[in-house]
Amino acid sequence: MLERQKMPEQDPGIRATNFNEVALGFSEKQAVAEAKRCLQCKKPTCMKGCPVEVKIPAFLKYVAEGDFDSAIKEIKIDNALPAVCGRVCPQETQCEEVCVLSKKGASVSIGRLERFVSDHERRKGVEVPEKPEPTGKKIAVVGSGPAGLTAAADLAKMGHSVTIFEALHEAGGVLIYGIPEFRLPKEIVRAEVEYVKKLGVTVLLDHVIGKIENVDELLSEFDAVFLGTGAGLPVFMNIDGENLNGVYSANEFLTRVNLMKSYKFPDYATPIKKGKRVVVVGGGNVAMDSARCALRLGAREVTIVYRRGEDEMPARAEEIEHAKEEGIIFRLLTNPVRIIGDGKNWVTHIECINMHLCEPDESGRCRPAATPGTEHKIEADVVVIAIGTSPNPLVPRTTKGLEITKHGTIVAKENGETTKKGVYAGGDAITGSATVISAMGAGKKAARAIDDYMKGK
Amino acid sequence: MPFEILDKHELVPTIYLMNISASRIAKKAQPGQFVILRIDEKGERIPLTIADFDRKKGTITMIFQAVGKTTMQLASMEAGDELLDLIGPLGNPAHIDKVGTVILVGGGVGVAPVFPQTRAFKEAGNKVISIIGARSANLLLWEDKMRKVSDELFITTDDGTKGHHGFVTDIVKKILESGTQVDRVVAIGPPVMMRAVAGVTKPFNVKTIVSLNSIMVDGTGMCGACRVLVGNETKFACVDGPEFDAHLVDFTLLMNRLAIYQPEEKMALEKYKCEREGCKC
Repeated sequence: MLERQKMPEQDPGIRATNFNEVALGFSEKQAVAEAKRCLQCKKPTCMKGCPVEVKIPAFLKYVAEGDFDSAIKEIKIDNALPAVCGRVCPQETQCEEVCVLSKKGASVSIGRLERFVSDHERRKGVEVPEKPEPTGKKIAVVGSGPAGLTAAADLAKMGHSVTIFEALHEAGGVLIYGIPEFRLPKEIVRAEVEYVKKLGVTVLLDHVIGKIENVDELLSEFDAVFLGTGAGLPVFMNIDGENLNGVYSANEFLTRVNLMKSYKFPDYATPIKKGKRVVVVGGGNVAMDSARCALRLGAREVTIVYRRGEDEMPARAEEIEHAKEEGIIFRLLTNPVRIIGDGKNWVTHIECINMHLCEPDESGRCRPAATPGTEHKIEADVVVIAIGTSPNPLVPRTTKGLEITKHGTIVAKENGETTKKGVYAGGDAITGSATVISAMGAGKKAARAIDDYMKGK
Repeated sequence: MPFEILDKHELVPTIYLMNISASRIAKKAQPGQFVILRIDEKGERIPLTIADFDRKKGTITMIFQAVGKTTMQLASMEAGDELLDLIGPLGNPAHIDKVGTVILVGGGVGVAPVFPQTRAFKEAGNKVISIIGARSANLLLWEDKMRKVSDELFITTDDGTKGHHGFVTDIVKKILESGTQVDRVVAIGPPVMMRAVAGVTKPFNVKTIVSLNSIMVDGTGMCGACRVLVGNETKFACVDGPEFDAHLVDFTLLMNRLAIYQPEEKMALEKYKCEREGCKC
């Protein structure tokens, strides 16, 4: 009862050399056994931890009974992207954190079971719910990341005609360009996008809103607009040497690897510098993803440099664990001071300084401060800067009457309503970089608000 | 949404013109902007300047030099073939206004992006002096088209086979030294040429604009591959440019960064040639 089922995984030594998925998924037997651990609480706390309000005990009950078809149907009432969520949601800080069993040992593996039933469904063919009566209202969704896909799916289920405008050549946003294949296979993202399309959503790729059309033009064609434009702008440290050859933003590094498949160069035409000694700066999931990609590209040594301690790392515990198992070196309480080149503009070293933690800052994490005299150099032929992203200004810059904060995020109410009539927003574009599931929660809320707005129109 | 190639021809050896059906992009395109294209599923995303556009016909014109794998593959395509992706119009439009006398300099394939600007500066009521250059007479692009939209046209060739024997900068310098009032210079071409033009105009304090051809991936400000140093500030050529004040651009960094993937580009090109022409290796 106290023991969770163990997730079968690729061996660390083997997986560090390939891009195949690390976690292999529960067997049917494991899934049933794990679901049986659920106490079916009368007042389930787990549901309060889920931003998209999945009826967790109900789906777990079906799994425990071996009725996987009903389980996935139950999830899909609230969540259009279960195969994604089951893989990349930080369940340990959401539904699983508030599971009653977590106080008695270990929570039910809700995320892994969500993944199990969605994989079960994909293998046997996805069912599409009956289409509702059309409302005749047209909604434009800008961006096909987690926020946009969720808003689009919910709006389509409400009977609205939805068109997604995606800037890149493939739908999925960060799920496609950011999160690597070994954590979230692209085939799974494509299947989830296909499901959203089957709900009746039109997806237009290669459409950069703010360039080919602006939001005001969309408003003349559509009854409302949802902005799920994400936080796609890379943040650099503004230290010496950041423009040296071999220094990447995590966005560029991951986009080359994931979206453009440069790990298959030259079969795929987009090149990437496969460093021998790679240093990744940052402590979030994006830093872990970059480091683990670098390793899989063939680096001999990959080091993560992070200015605080392990407890302060924003990355999921599981990702840090996986990275360690694969041999990634962690240099904590270490901060870059400058990046050094060879005189021909190629990076050779990154100079760092040791840090120590002082009193907590407004984020609740201990503030790091440099320890003078501890400067040291780390050899590197590739450096990846993964210290965060900020919202892309293309849409705000070209939309009159859309208020933005000094951080570049779009000002929006809890329900996604912006300062511009008929325009709603959600996800990283209003919060700054956060999680897939919080973006999905925002997409869901905005869909409801847009539906209310349509009813009043 | 595939984009059909309507016609293609080789203007001069290795430089090709292509008209592509892309009505939504044509509707919005402005001089100075660019597109990003991807030929097929395994293709890379490359930026190309919009050399011309026809809003009525819904077409855009691209001119490119076949120098690497992707541009050679593009050159091998024919009318009726389709590009898998075409994204645009990207970047900021050129600043076209009435300033007086404008010198427009196009070097090599750079004549193509200079043309719509020349036409626009002329239409805006400026006196337009154009200088177009190439290595040799047979590589000179769009002389007739440029002549039609210019008040004066100068030609330079590196080998002296046509026009002035020397570089475009020689003419720029001569005009500035002659005391002619010049209010703006626009130079588009190889980075070495743009740097040289910037060097010539700086002592005369003439505002000089260049269009930077950095390496790009998404072209929407997401990756930072195209970052350039302008006035000691990091800028992204895709969303902050592609045009910048030539006197503030760090051209050495631009050239260094353009060389990042030289070994990979060479390898990709060799592989492509092997596959096309049969391989002995």
